[in-house]
Amino acid sequence: MKDAQLINQTEAYLRGEFSPEERAAFELLCKENPDIQQQVNAHKELMVLLAAYGERQRLQHAMDLIHEQIDVVSLKNDLIPTSASVIQLWKRYRANFAIAATVAITAIFGTLLFSGYFADHSSYYSALRREINSIKRSQNVLAKNINSKKGLANPGVFGGTGFALSANGYLATNYHVIKGADSVYIQNAAGDTYKVKTVFVQPEYDIAILQIVDPAFDSFDKLPYAFKKIDSDLGEDVYTLGFPRDEQVYGKGYLSAKTGFAGDTVSYQISIPVNPGNSGGPLLDSKGNVIGIISGKQTRTDGAAFAIKTNYLLKSLEEIPVEDLDKTLSLNKKNTLSSLNRTAQLKKIQDYVFMVRVY
Amino acid sequence: MRNKINSSIPADINLIQGIRDGAANSLDSLYTAYFPMILQLVLNNSGSEDDAKDIFQEAVIVLYTKITTENFELKSKLKTYIYAVCRHLWLKKLNQNSRFSAQTFELESVADVEIDLEQHEEKNEQFKLMQHALGQLGEPCKTIIEEFYLNNRSMQEICYQFGYTNADNAKTQKYKCLQRLKKLFFKDGGLEL
Repeated sequence: MKDAQLINQTEAYLRGEFSPEERAAFELLCKENPDIQQQVNAHKELMVLLAAYGERQRLQHAMDLIHEQIDVVSLKNDLIPTSASVIQLWKRYRANFAIAATVAITAIFGTLLFSGYFADHSSYYSALRREINSIKRSQNVLAKNINSKKGLANPGVFGGTGFALSANGYLATNYHVIKGADSVYIQNAAGDTYKVKTVFVQPEYDIAILQIVDPAFDSFDKLPYAFKKIDSDLGEDVYTLGFPRDEQVYGKGYLSAKTGFAGDTVSYQISIPVNPGNSGGPLLDSKGNVIGIISGKQTRTDGAAFAIKTNYLLKSLEEIPVEDLDKTLSLNKKNTLSSLNRTAQLKKIQDYVFMVRVY
Repeated sequence: MRNKINSSIPADINLIQGIRDGAANSLDSLYTAYFPMILQLVLNNSGSEDDAKDIFQEAVIVLYTKITTENFELKSKLKTYIYAVCRHLWLKKLNQNSRFSAQTFELESVADVEIDLEQHEEKNEQFKLMQHALGQLGEPCKTIIEEFYLNNRSMQEICYQFGYTNADNAKTQKYKCLQRLKKLFFKDGGLEL
């Protein structure tokens, strides 16, 4: 137990429990034996550390006692005016908010950028309009923008197509063609221009009925085509004449669905090449019956054009107040085209299909 | 002590002297005088009352250690010193806790806060190890060691407390305990003594 003795002696020495003689003897012992000196030093360090640790604990305890005396809550209330919890939340999490918002914005604009939202404004503009319009008539209007400046006498601001309903000068076209018009003129394939007035509009079907009021106009010959009252069948061969440019253009296709854009039952879907300016043109079947009015097409979808069913044209005609008609509007019921081939049909029809010019 | 402290603030001197002499009311008045300031600092910088308590007590410990060392020299006001230490400690804690680096306060170098804190950290590490070692020691060793070494009680008192019939038995027991403590402490990586 030499170690134990040494430690006891060291402690007694360090705690000052030695008499002066013992003290001197111990110091001499250390001096003569470096081994012992080292052990004494090591033990001394440990004792100092333990004592310091004890002191630290006492200090900590004393402070805890003092702290208990302090009314931290009231002190806190004195120091900090309590802000509402929302504000505190905001203060605490505003960095998170900022980061979340940044991520969201970056993600949105990044997605838009990569998906080409900013690249092609015109195509998206149509799509956007399609969505807005989908509430009532979600089709892209085929009104042709002939001239960007309004108010020029010629050649008109917007253009479309119209066709004769009766020999005494009534015509049908799309409502969107003549919407907002100051005055409306029609021009036939030969270049003759007549002034017309709007007799009736049916915006929900996108139908407008016009009447020629030009003194130069007397009457047409008897109309060659008739109007088919019942719905046509899927796959039916159809064609149209229209004015996508200043020249009559023939387009041929087939009836591809019995409903129009987004299930719109007023229209057929047809697969036919149509362009702005075709709006309001007659859609005829192979026998030469008018089965619809070309009204629009879906952008970014191939071969999806739409035509309003004749049935709704007839409904609109019935709704025209009698006092608005200064001549009787009686539809032609006899079809004289059924036995003719396509070119012969077109020759007969072309005089009854007009360019509608809107000023 | 080179008296660099401005004589217009005798309270500092009084406090420091009081703490050195171990007067309980000095610590008390130091605590009550400066705790509100630190509470405000911590609360205003997204901390809680408990954070403030921990930070302030740590600062007091740093100050206490500084005051009680012999070559003590305080180059600034007590208030400034405590504030600087607390700010330092709190920023460090914020940085540890936060995924986002906290707002950068520029740290004016008040006194030798950095050095003091480094020493403080070192000591804290040792104390932590010691606490751990003592915790593993078990009774009655823990109490014997604490009473003798930490609280500076004499062997006679300990004999009486533990009912040892003679002091030699108690000393043997204490020696065994000390050896175990050393083993535990140095195994955990305590300082080479």
